[in-house]
Amino acid sequence: MTDTLTPAAARSTDTDDVARLLDHTGSRVADERLDPWIADVDAAMLRELYRDMAMTRRLDAEGVALQRQGHLGLWAPAHGQEAVQVGTTWACHDDDFLFPTYREVGIELVRGIEPADFVMVWHGAKHSSWDPSVAHVANPQIIIGAQSLHAVGYAMGIQRDGGDQVAVAYFGDGATSQGDVNEAMVFAASFESPVVFVCSNNQWAISEPVGLQAQYPIAGRAPGFGIPSMRIDGNDVLACVAAMRWAADHARSGLGPAFIEAVTYRIGPHTTSDDPTRYRDPAEVDYWRARDPLARVEAYLRRMGAFDDAFRDSVQADADRFTAAMRAAVVEATPPPPQRLFENVYAEPHTGIEEQRAAFMAYLDGFGAEGGAA
Amino acid sequence: MTQLTLGKALNAGMRRALADDDKVLVMGEDIGKLGGVFRITDGLQAEFGPRRVVDTPLAESGIVGTAVGLAFRGFRPVVEIQFDGFVYPAFDQIVSQVAKLHYRTQGRVTMPLTIRIPWAGGVGAAEHHSESPEAYFVHTAGLRVVAVSNPQDAYTMLRQAIACDDPVIFLEPKRLYHAKGEVDVDADIADAAPLGLARVVREGSDVTVLTYGSHVTTALDAALAAEDEGISLEVIDLRSISPVDYAAVTASVRRTGRVVVTHEASREGGVAAEIIASVTEKCFHYLEAPPVRVTGMDIPYPPAKLERYHLPDLDRILDAVDRVMGRPNSLSEVSA
Ligand SMILES: Cc1ncc(C[n+]2csc(CCOP(=O)(O)OP(=O)(O)O)c2C)c(N)n1
Repeated sequence: MTDTLTPAAARSTDTDDVARLLDHTGSRVADERLDPWIADVDAAMLRELYRDMAMTRRLDAEGVALQRQGHLGLWAPAHGQEAVQVGTTWACHDDDFLFPTYREVGIELVRGIEPADFVMVWHGAKHSSWDPSVAHVANPQIIIGAQSLHAVGYAMGIQRDGGDQVAVAYFGDGATSQGDVNEAMVFAASFESPVVFVCSNNQWAISEPVGLQAQYPIAGRAPGFGIPSMRIDGNDVLACVAAMRWAADHARSGLGPAFIEAVTYRIGPHTTSDDPTRYRDPAEVDYWRARDPLARVEAYLRRMGAFDDAFRDSVQADADRFTAAMRAAVVEATPPPPQRLFENVYAEPHTGIEEQRAAFMAYLDGFGAEGGAA
Repeated sequence: MTQLTLGKALNAGMRRALADDDKVLVMGEDIGKLGGVFRITDGLQAEFGPRRVVDTPLAESGIVGTAVGLAFRGFRPVVEIQFDGFVYPAFDQIVSQVAKLHYRTQGRVTMPLTIRIPWAGGVGAAEHHSESPEAYFVHTAGLRVVAVSNPQDAYTMLRQAIACDDPVIFLEPKRLYHAKGEVDVDADIADAAPLGLARVVREGSDVTVLTYGSHVTTALDAALAAEDEGISLEVIDLRSISPVDYAAVTASVRRTGRVVVTHEASREGGVAAEIIASVTEKCFHYLEAPPVRVTGMDIPYPPAKLERYHLPDLDRILDAVDRVMGRPNSLSEVSA
């Protein structure tokens, strides 16, 4: 009965075809769909959003510096992606449960996670720091896309328990090629689970451009699963707040999942091990620097007369305190004790691990006063 | 006591777990109205509703991955993988997520998942329907791996697995789904031997035969045959292959001094190799002969008409018994 369905001419690489409320000069633009969701956002709230974004940028820079100075094994920079991380988290209720990736430090900051907890993982002291049930943030995921299913499963749990929480799955553009992300959308749509998918499309998956993952805008995929979606300017924090409020409200009202593609850009390398000059045109980075998510909020606040030196200094002081605590945590960290190796492999007694632990501890004891084999 | 098939015992175990704890959920492909392709979940959806007995989309990573999310929220999902050969698409979720989340979160998140797998061959099935993937899971820290061999264990161990705060790979020999046995359905799991303990199913004095799953029956048949030849086999059903109950194993080996390990999974890097290495470390001075493995061949699972050659049978076990007893066997030099 049908002709072949052809995608519209839109390309995944057209980064300007997005909904936004603040353009890159910091001018407020109208958007019918987004406007109603930020009617209450006043200068005071915008300043708080700015504060969290600026702190994210600063703690991220500190992470890079700590890695360069040998205190951290690796860091995945967030520079450029502060608006989507901070804005979407701000738009959630405190008990909405978030499943982030390794890059989403802005989420952790907004959720009140302690400075030391940002770094001890990358320091190599532990695999995760905070208690997910307190922060309502899962430990960051490194396996690309795996957490999208966890978010859907969590949302299925919300459906069974009742209540109006939502679960949020964060992932990148590269992750949309993974089976798990696609399976997550199938499950979420089939069960109408209260989950929001947030794809931070930062244009690159290490060296692979988004065009290798998607020919059509990523937000265009969700409707094929039966999930409504929005493609927004991920460097516009107002759009990020508005879209997330729309999506979370949709999910909270029992209407099932929603999908946001936040078009943004990763200014720095993929991680501190990466060399983006091998695959990326510097002109592209300049183009995006001119679309900086912080600069446009600052410009907008200045226009409103709500950004002055005192405010800037107070943000700076908060960021200084936070990063100083981060630095102190790793610089003063003592190596974890060897028995930690064996802790929490199992929740219940396990003869195999107990035997191995006993043998290894006896072996270490043999070194006596020398203090162990290490 | 009630006579039940192993399949019905599993069904009764799940029904009991669903009734006892409303955090228990059963999920998988075709497990609702159909009752699963083996009917192991028969009637559960009618009784507990589609919210607790959940027909899922056809995506194994999706099934296990969403179960992880449910466990994050305090549920105890029981996942059915339709056939052994279809667990591989879920391998990442099992190995990287299910197995490691407790460790990665320093004990803050528990993963009380039970992953039920209709398992292994001998039923003349199509390709990918007769695999023995247990070694992959045994090799993964954070998982427990158990295999049942009789209806009573099926009923009790399934309930124990569901109650366990650790993830359990629960292997169900499909060859035994119709095997009948006595089941005490009123037994309290608090009184049962803890999950992880082996069981001596037949006492003997010459050779310890270690096995699990459907091979327990084969080993018992071999023990009967060996008796005719004047050799006494002790048969141990390991029940748990991660961890292995080495207390029970070494107690037996120290008495018999001879060991045969048999399973139908291929040999290389397999469970038998692991057990023999450990037994050798723990009991070297008690051993009268090098331990011997009797396993499937190191081949992809063969077509149904050839599987009987691949699967260790009574004669291959007896041949191994001859080897550890120093009697003429298939490896003896034939002198003209
Ligand atoms: C399953 C898996 N494959 C490969 C990797 C290695 N890897 C880490 S990050 C990454 C790129 C991910 O790109 P994207 O999803 O766009 O997220 P981004 O890092 O750009 O935020 C890759 C390939 C991984 N972590 N997991």
